[in-house]
Amino acid sequence: MSSRTGKQTIVLERPPVVIGGAAIVGKKEGDGPLARYFDQIIDDEYFGEKSFEKAESRLLRDTLVKTLEKCGKSASDIHFIISGDLQNQCTAANYAFRDFQAPFLGIYGACSTMAESLAIGAVFIDAGAAEMTACITASHFCSAEKQFRYPLEFGYQRTPTAQWTVTGAGCILLGKQGNGPRITRLTCGTVIDMGIKDANNMGAAMAPAACDTILKHLEDTGRGLDYYDLVLTGDLGSFGRSILARLLRDNGVDPGDRYDDCGCMIFDLERQDVVCGGSGCGCSAAVLSAYVLELMNQGKINKVLFVATGALMSPAWIQQGDSIPCIAHAVSLENTP
Amino acid sequence: MSMKVTKHEYQHLVKETMPSSRVLRNVLAAFVTGGLICALAQVFFMGLEGLGVDEETAYMLTTVIMIFLGALLTGLNIYDKIGKFGGAGASIPVTGFSNSIVSPAMEYKREGYVMGVGARMFVIAGPVLVYGIFASVVAGLIYYIWTQVM
Repeated sequence: MSSRTGKQTIVLERPPVVIGGAAIVGKKEGDGPLARYFDQIIDDEYFGEKSFEKAESRLLRDTLVKTLEKCGKSASDIHFIISGDLQNQCTAANYAFRDFQAPFLGIYGACSTMAESLAIGAVFIDAGAAEMTACITASHFCSAEKQFRYPLEFGYQRTPTAQWTVTGAGCILLGKQGNGPRITRLTCGTVIDMGIKDANNMGAAMAPAACDTILKHLEDTGRGLDYYDLVLTGDLGSFGRSILARLLRDNGVDPGDRYDDCGCMIFDLERQDVVCGGSGCGCSAAVLSAYVLELMNQGKINKVLFVATGALMSPAWIQQGDSIPCIAHAVSLENTP
Repeated sequence: MSMKVTKHEYQHLVKETMPSSRVLRNVLAAFVTGGLICALAQVFFMGLEGLGVDEETAYMLTTVIMIFLGALLTGLNIYDKIGKFGGAGASIPVTGFSNSIVSPAMEYKREGYVMGVGARMFVIAGPVLVYGIFASVVAGLIYYIWTQVM
């Protein structure tokens, strides 16, 4: 049974196994440095649907089906689907799974949703409430632009700290038994608001949340950051990444070269015109489910701290002049001998 | 272990280390883009005058042509690229105004012609219209009172 250690960390006594994962992404992500790790790259931004909202939903559904296929499982093996996206009321996920018979939990943590989903799924399995859970999130550039920013064809310049919402989805199947990396610790973050009001500077808004969760994780577990082969935030972008590194150093933790950010990895920042890098809950989900999982399964890395970060605002709150509350959840994935 | 940084210190750190806009590049791009759009309008204006159209009608027709071009280039997925390059140089001329109306109209077509296109068409241009018309009413009133008094 899961137990608590320190202030915010959960120790999983019978650590759930990552049975497998899959990621499907759009064309731009398929032109990026991680292209060969993704299971499918789809050029049509509508994914064969009639609107961007429906495309995002389709993306979630197809990614789950692809994951089940890869793992040799069927939909009836899943005891819970835990999923979220960036649309209002999590509708992409709600509509995606209306034809599945599995119990469904829709969650929202902005770009941190994948870590939140893994945390809930892992505790459910450790508690004996489920044999298998599907943790899956997606984002779509076009539906996110429509909801949070401007129409696609509106001509304007992005600010130097802007990020590019990833069109993609990542799914991870967690199970009680099997081979694969295990989820051993979870550190759920508190809502951190350092007073940043610029919705085009989400990296800077979210970096303190990531810092706080990492510090709490280290304190609660008694581990040093060097315990991990890879510490991965998602998605601070290049500016947020540099600020987080600075915050960690100021707090006596050296991030070294084991630290990277999903938003900086999924795109080539020099070549792909994405300003500070990727964002959206499909970004860290796709990087984790495809790239990180592959590296762990090959044994190239064995201990990963996945720290997904989310900016928990809406356009209405920003227009009313309020600042951006942020969150980060840390998931410790380990290849156990 | 909690973060050793206050809100104030953090905001200061962000402000200090934030990458800044390439002001010179943006200003030059806006100058060239805006200038070219206006020069093109001038060509149409002179052409119309050359065809014997009177000055006032030529002004009006030139504006109509430029609005049409802005809408056409928006529909062809070109104006967003001009806007990305030229910034204010592309958004201030009437072609940019046209872009700001046509782009939401395209985006919200899926929500239907009433609640989608109709309701959302002016989501960006709305403030310009409201305050533009308000300012012209105020200017008109001042002009009227001025001419009555003088």
